[in-house]
Amino acid sequence: MTATIYPAARIITMNPARPHATHVAVREGRILGAGTLEELAGWGDYRLDGRFADKVLMPGLVEGHSHVMEGSLWAYVYCGFFDRMDPEGRVWAGLKSIDAVVERLAEAAGALEDPAAPLAGWSLDAIYYGGRRVNRHDLDRVSEERAVGVLNASGHILNVNTRALELAGLLRTGVNHPGIPLGADGLPTGEMKGPDAMAPLGVHTGFDRDLLACDEPGLRRFARLCVRTGVTTAADLANLLPEDAVEMMLRVTGEPDYPARIVSLRRFYGLTPEELIDRALELRGRSRDRLRLGIIKVVADGSIQGFSARLRWPGYYNGAPEGLWYVPPEHLLEIYERALAAGLRVHTHTNGDEATDLALDCMESALRKHPAPDHRFTLQHCQLADAAQFRRIRALGLCVNLFPNHHFYWGDQHYAVTVGPERAERMNACATALREGVPLAIHSDAPVTPLGPLFTAWCAVNRRTASGRTLGEHERIGTADALRTITLGAAYTLGLDGEVGSIETGKRADFAVLEDDPETVGGERLKDVRVWGTVQGGRIFRAADLGT
Amino acid sequence: MTAAGPLPVTVVGGYLGAGKTTLVNSLLRQANGRRLAIMVNEFGALPIDASLVEAADERIVSLVGGCVCCSYGEDLVSSLAMLEALAPRPDHVLLEASGVAFPGAIAGTVGLLQGFALDGAVVLADAETVRGRAHDRYLGSTVRRQLDQADLILLNKCDLAGDADEVEAWLGEAAPDARLLRTTRAEAPIDIVLGAWTGRAAPPAAGGPFDHTQGYAAAALDPPEGAEPEALARILADAAHGLLRAKGFMRRPGGGMAAIQTVGSRWTVTDAPADAPAGLICIGLEARTDFAALRRAVLDC
Ligand SMILES: [Zn+2]
Repeated sequence: MTATIYPAARIITMNPARPHATHVAVREGRILGAGTLEELAGWGDYRLDGRFADKVLMPGLVEGHSHVMEGSLWAYVYCGFFDRMDPEGRVWAGLKSIDAVVERLAEAAGALEDPAAPLAGWSLDAIYYGGRRVNRHDLDRVSEERAVGVLNASGHILNVNTRALELAGLLRTGVNHPGIPLGADGLPTGEMKGPDAMAPLGVHTGFDRDLLACDEPGLRRFARLCVRTGVTTAADLANLLPEDAVEMMLRVTGEPDYPARIVSLRRFYGLTPEELIDRALELRGRSRDRLRLGIIKVVADGSIQGFSARLRWPGYYNGAPEGLWYVPPEHLLEIYERALAAGLRVHTHTNGDEATDLALDCMESALRKHPAPDHRFTLQHCQLADAAQFRRIRALGLCVNLFPNHHFYWGDQHYAVTVGPERAERMNACATALREGVPLAIHSDAPVTPLGPLFTAWCAVNRRTASGRTLGEHERIGTADALRTITLGAAYTLGLDGEVGSIETGKRADFAVLEDDPETVGGERLKDVRVWGTVQGGRIFRAADLGT
Repeated sequence: MTAAGPLPVTVVGGYLGAGKTTLVNSLLRQANGRRLAIMVNEFGALPIDASLVEAADERIVSLVGGCVCCSYGEDLVSSLAMLEALAPRPDHVLLEASGVAFPGAIAGTVGLLQGFALDGAVVLADAETVRGRAHDRYLGSTVRRQLDQADLILLNKCDLAGDADEVEAWLGEAAPDARLLRTTRAEAPIDIVLGAWTGRAAPPAAGGPFDHTQGYAAAALDPPEGAEPEALARILADAAHGLLRAKGFMRRPGGGMAAIQTVGSRWTVTDAPADAPAGLICIGLEARTDFAALRRAVLDC
């Protein structure tokens, strides 16, 4: 069989034995080797393909924590403050005023034929509009006839118009709910805060209730975003994986031109711990190359910006009450024990440091009962862990996947409101994690923040907030560490580091094809590195050629 | 009552092992013609004794006596809507919250939904473990908030706890607004746990189905002519009288009938059909409830 050898301007291998190469040879979707043309010619027949001669190749980037739902959300109107690229490559300008939000929504409403159809938008970030809250009268300017609902960027607030309140029977006085502020007229202002207040409005504003179980167009759109951001493997971190979704995902990812490998985790929900283990074992057995199943996700607490993360003393900087548990501790322990016994992996969402403590206590106890080398359990977000916790994480053999994008999007709020200056500066302590020898990944949690490992790497290297503050100089990491983290680091947490994450003999031929060299542009410009597309399993995907 | 009013929903909360499932099964056994719908929380096993199950399909399990059970999975709101649309419609929904959920938060959502009426939040406390849990490093604040959000606390497993009196006194401070009753094996009269009486099941007559050996007492009251239903409801819910439940109908001073309902300190007054019979039933603990004093307070209303 003939190999294809690609010369490139530069190949960054992540293989410390030969960190750079000029050529890479590919056969049967795998890497024969990286090196010089003479070295690779030794493999026998080859065809030289010069299309990447002026490109930089990196191992295909690995997003260790995203949600395929990012693809589904693009069916709704993007209302964010920051520029964001959609799956078709169009960059939607960030909306810098409430008027601009209204204008974009009104334009979308004008394009709808059915006058009664609801209109849904997402990623509104009201914190950037000078303290002025978005209210139903703003959204009434979009439409008075159809229900309009816009999901906040943090996912914790839904803004609706008057019609939506009417449909939900909430345009009345006497509504007494902590998540529903009332105006001077005694009627709800249209801000629905928290899942309890949002729930009654979802169906009226066009948000499908199964948004978290992925839909087919969303899964396809998600993959196009992967190509545009250099991602060849992406974790879909909290799917409920009902049977019909599994069948659809197997079919779609199995199509010859599906460009990404999806690692979909089954979230603990709607099953007992025992049933969860059975289901995960069954799912694991149905994995294919481009759809990996069988890892379990447990959500221990809420989010910091939503004040629902479980924080240790002294709690939130603004005095908000301690957050919420999303899993009973007994269940967490039981899942850990059963998973260790069955050889399954568990990723646990712990945002607050108290939630991290709980996960560590459960892990310590479960490991005593079921010692398991290389269990590769991972703490996801783990945003507030301190040095002592990282040492314990290391001792228990856990990995962490930290969330540096938070610094950029919410860092100023964390500093001023949620956790206060000191803890804001140590949040997502990438440097401490590396120093303590903890296996590290970093993530976007797309759609919470945009998919894009190079942007995430930039966040970890610079720790810059939206206002320009450097949030914790001491926790910045170097470019080389950041690049390793978005390839091999993330692959390790998914148990795929033997297959992907570096350009080495025997691994999958997964490359990020770049126009610029991330090693030489400088940490400041990492986020500006241009992506040409990807090679996934030896198949070439050029972003500019993606169909819709 | 003729027209189907809003569907009453009772939230059942409490930490793991406190007896939520046992309570649900006990209520199913007492249903006596009432069609109960049970909603199971996101981590729950099917909480129903096999002997009560008649048939099961993908989303819903049919139980003896026309009761049903479903899991609320991802979406509380749509699951409630599905139950509401069943034919025949259930008479009452029992929503079993997860061990770490706040019954007050769920109750808040139910209170926002059209077509549903919150009947109350019942929280179970395991007499043996509740104080320990309330001081647990991880769970303490959650357990205390759950108790504090209860309308009714069932202090369960009293047969196993040697110090039930102490626990009860402690709960009086931890959850000052909740009314409390002691249970073993979560056995509590359905007419206390569920307030909404329907046409199908007659309201309990005074002194009727209540077993005095368990210490419950019920009394019928005639609502005074000309009293405002809201003022009367406030008296019935006043902790001073220690009522667990009150329910009935009365004529509004301005005409039309009102339905009054209380559970612990929570009260609601809603419009009632014109043919609803005036009268109130009050249920309390024999040792705690001074019906004579209550009657005097009502007459002064
Ligand atoms: Zn996530």
